[in-house]
Amino acid sequence: MFPRKGFKGGAAVPHRKNTAEIETVSMGIPQKVAIPMSQHIGAPCETVVKKGDFVKVGQIIGDSSAFVSSPVHASVSGTVVEISPRLFAGGSQVLTVEIESDGKQEIYEDIKPPKYANQKEFLEMIRKSGLVGLGGAGFPAHVKLSPPPDKKIDTLIINGAECEPYITSDYREILENSWNILCGIEILMELMSFKDVWIGIEDNKPEAIRILSEMADNHDNINVVNLKSRYPQGAEKMLIYAVTGRKVPPGKLPADVGVIVMNVNSVSFIAEHIKTGIPLVKKKVTVDGSAVKNPSNVEVLIGTPLEEVFNYCGGFKSEPAKILMGGPMMGIAQYSLQNSVVKQTNALLAFDESEATLPKESVCIRCGKCVEACPMNLIPLSINQGVSNQNLESLKKYHINDCIECGCCSYVCPAKRYLVQSMRLGKTMLRNAAGK
Amino acid sequence: MNNPLIVSSSPHLRSSDTTSSIMLDVIIALSPALLAGVFFFRVRALLVILVTVGACVLSEYLARKAMKRESTLADLSAVVTGVLLALNFPATLPLWMAAIGGAVAIVIVKQLFGGLGQNFVNPALAARVILLVSWPVQMTQWITPGPDAVSSATPLAVIRNGKESVEGSLPGLLQLFSGNVAGCIGETSVIAVLLGAGYLFYKRIITPEIPLAFIGTAALFIWVFGGESLFAGNFIYHTLSGGLMLGAFFMATDYATSPVTSKGKILMGIGCGLLTGVIRLYTNYPEGVSFAILLMNIVTPLIDRYTIPKSFGGEKASA
Repeated sequence: MFPRKGFKGGAAVPHRKNTAEIETVSMGIPQKVAIPMSQHIGAPCETVVKKGDFVKVGQIIGDSSAFVSSPVHASVSGTVVEISPRLFAGGSQVLTVEIESDGKQEIYEDIKPPKYANQKEFLEMIRKSGLVGLGGAGFPAHVKLSPPPDKKIDTLIINGAECEPYITSDYREILENSWNILCGIEILMELMSFKDVWIGIEDNKPEAIRILSEMADNHDNINVVNLKSRYPQGAEKMLIYAVTGRKVPPGKLPADVGVIVMNVNSVSFIAEHIKTGIPLVKKKVTVDGSAVKNPSNVEVLIGTPLEEVFNYCGGFKSEPAKILMGGPMMGIAQYSLQNSVVKQTNALLAFDESEATLPKESVCIRCGKCVEACPMNLIPLSINQGVSNQNLESLKKYHINDCIECGCCSYVCPAKRYLVQSMRLGKTMLRNAAGK
Repeated sequence: MNNPLIVSSSPHLRSSDTTSSIMLDVIIALSPALLAGVFFFRVRALLVILVTVGACVLSEYLARKAMKRESTLADLSAVVTGVLLALNFPATLPLWMAAIGGAVAIVIVKQLFGGLGQNFVNPALAARVILLVSWPVQMTQWITPGPDAVSSATPLAVIRNGKESVEGSLPGLLQLFSGNVAGCIGETSVIAVLLGAGYLFYKRIITPEIPLAFIGTAALFIWVFGGESLFAGNFIYHTLSGGLMLGAFFMATDYATSPVTSKGKILMGIGCGLLTGVIRLYTNYPEGVSFAILLMNIVTPLIDRYTIPKSFGGEKASA
């Protein structure tokens, strides 16, 4: 066991891992799924099916010729009943394919365990599988695994930090499918020639650390790293620093310091996909929050309406006032329960009014807690002031674009100021000014 | 579901700290010094404290009302200012002067500059200095602790004016530590101030940079330059005397008037320590803590401007 490693700053957020010991259950087939054509960072897919088409599980329904993109597959067998743009929680309109399930879950004929002879074919296989970063960001995996040739990659870090409160979907994957995780790592090592592989896990998950350490014991190059439980330990830059001591410069990628980071669920999926050939059509999702009757871990088909997932977990015990996709620190508030589970969904949280009510902002007392908490070493209070004054020069001076939007500043602020929120606004102000 | 869902930008979780919980912690941290002051200087001290705090709270209420702004009494910052100011008064101060001090601190120094977080100097210190130049006699009327209070000079004044000629009247180190000496209500007891400081650290209200740099620099300066020859100054005695402890832990760390970065805080502490040493050794004032902190308050925006840190993994900002 290695000593605990960490980073400077951050916040001691509550853990609330209520579902840690609850085994994942598969929730079954919804009557209808609505699958957005953009569930990743990059170019949205174009639909390759029409209204009225019959599709089967795993069949590609949307694809793109752009490199930074990821195809989308049908998660049920059934009939395409509608193709129309829908308002995404992020605020954009996304073309969405609705499929009415026939309840049979027939697998698409072309699906068989994939074969690959070299790295190029492997990456094409990953692209076709629809895999994107399952930790929440949704960066296409084949792009992540294809760094420019001038970048020498020597290290793979498996992200099992899971530093957001409530979420246990990575933890459950480690407990339930540790063998897949290790297989996935071995496959990647073989093809990508990593010198070292580190699996980073926060020390509030001793069982996960124990299991993977035991399995990694017979591998010289695979090591489990015991990370300090502190938010945002799972943020890529903080994780890389804690594990390797390397600092990713602002605006650069992990590949620039020779590192690729993948989520535990992503590597586990790679092993599973090579066994079955089934693309990314389901997700492990933690369902929790003060308004949820039976907090659970659920395996959900992509495109399932949120309402059905909550209903599967016993429904609401009190009226939900806020629904989140993701954790409470960086998750996205949903405007409707009819929105769909997507590839990046790792948690669905429902809060009642007492927890959802927005705090009232008061004046900054310059206590400096946000400065201490910022893992990027920024001065949030000064950026906040620059945004209020619409002083773009000041925003640049205080490095607003280096903000990773982890939300630590807003979390710790005793005056309940909307600090990280104002940084998002400030970044947009700068972008708009540059566009003029 | 009848009501629309709340949609807001993350984070959706906030810590339980509030401005008033922080102010309450500062009041708790000041209570040992308050109790020591009342113990040593009796009912006079209690009256001065009550009047000063009352004046601060009343001024805050009236000033906000006159400016047609929301009442800010609940954030407790006026109480903190009142307590700090009272701890900087001699117990013999006429009560009406204490009241004026409270009003000056809140109305002129704090509210007229925009209220909490906006004042450019520490309200309690500024008010103390205004009173010191307005009524120098009453503001330096010290008494010995205990029931039969007789007038006496502070240890620092003895060092300053009498030097070895009055060696006999200098209290011992133990007396300084406990606070059984002449001085301001809250400055005398080092142990009471340290207890409170420990609480502030424990609750993470303040960080160690400013107080350590302040006390360390002052002690070093006095050790080097404060004696008959170089490196012969009685820095221990100086460190335990006067307002250094109270100033370093409770006044120089005032949020609104000290830098926000770690590096800035160290600069602030060093500046305070140097100025305190210079004033104590080379001017007509026996005590320099208040002036030192006020001067450093004024350069705080400048320190902040030149100590913008580099981002994690990034390049240093240009000022």
